[in-house]
Amino acid sequence: MPFLRTQQSHSPQRASFARGNWGIAAMIGLMILSAPALVRADSDLPPAPLANSQLPDPKQEAKAEALMETIRCLVCQGQSIADSDAELAGDMRAMVRTRIAAGESPEHIRSWLVARYGRWVSYKPPVDAMTAPLWIAPLLLLVVGAWLARGLFKRRRN
Amino acid sequence: MKRSLLWAPLAVFILFLIIFMTGLLSPEGQIIRSHMIGKPLPNFALPAGLRNSAGLRTQDFQQGKPKLLNVFASWCVPCAAEAPQLMQLAQSGVTIDAVAIRDRPEDIANFLARYGNPYRKIGSDRTSSIQLALGSSGVPETFVIDGNGIIRYQHIGDIRPENIPEIFAELAKAR
Repeated sequence: MPFLRTQQSHSPQRASFARGNWGIAAMIGLMILSAPALVRADSDLPPAPLANSQLPDPKQEAKAEALMETIRCLVCQGQSIADSDAELAGDMRAMVRTRIAAGESPEHIRSWLVARYGRWVSYKPPVDAMTAPLWIAPLLLLVVGAWLARGLFKRRRN
Repeated sequence: MKRSLLWAPLAVFILFLIIFMTGLLSPEGQIIRSHMIGKPLPNFALPAGLRNSAGLRTQDFQQGKPKLLNVFASWCVPCAAEAPQLMQLAQSGVTIDAVAIRDRPEDIANFLARYGNPYRKIGSDRTSSIQLALGSSGVPETFVIDGNGIIRYQHIGDIRPENIPEIFAELAKAR
């Protein structure tokens, strides 16, 4: 914020700013827009034990990691919980590992989260009536493309 | 083939470009609503948030009267901002129970000594597990729970003075 305030108080700079550096202006604009709606500072409790340490069984850890990479962090919304440093992401990783260690299947944990946060929380789109176009459209476009190409090649031969 | 059809791929490309640009330029950080509205409160039994007091359990919300469940933390700045509004609600007879996220009894006690204590009971959720089970994604959040323990409403963010009428309205609806 102090940085922005200095920018505003220097009007000669602002003139050249407006003319030349639209890129920077856009970036600052984006930074302001992307300020989170909910301010979540950090607690000073240490992360949960399983947030940052692996399960002893490598097979279970592999399952947990594969799931964590496809679950969206609720706080820093562009990242998976595997990538995020947010405390809530740490707690979500600990939850995933605890449940996998207890024998729960990754897809069961995913549907538990989807029931609470909606499909948004999963990076793995399911195949159903609503997402079918996503899966069918590329195939359909390929068929249409092949048909168009065939027409063009035929005409050239004649 | 019609000549106008040749423009179709370009039109489709521009359409995609517009979709991607609006996606890129719209602010991120959308608010995530819980999908648990209309569903029963998950089963939990939390230890007490304060020393020498009772913990918080699902059964506390199944006693026939609608209540507020406030998800807060002593380290959360907007939680301090909503404290006067919670005090006002408590003083008008609303029962408020709380879940303290990743918190310590002494920090909670300090927070309440500073901003007032509107809570009947406080459960301590040190691993955010109840928060996740509720479909809550931050602090503070406030849920209206009806007398049968069904989640009726979620308020995301701090309760501001102008939000108080809607909280009362939702409590009346849950009756």
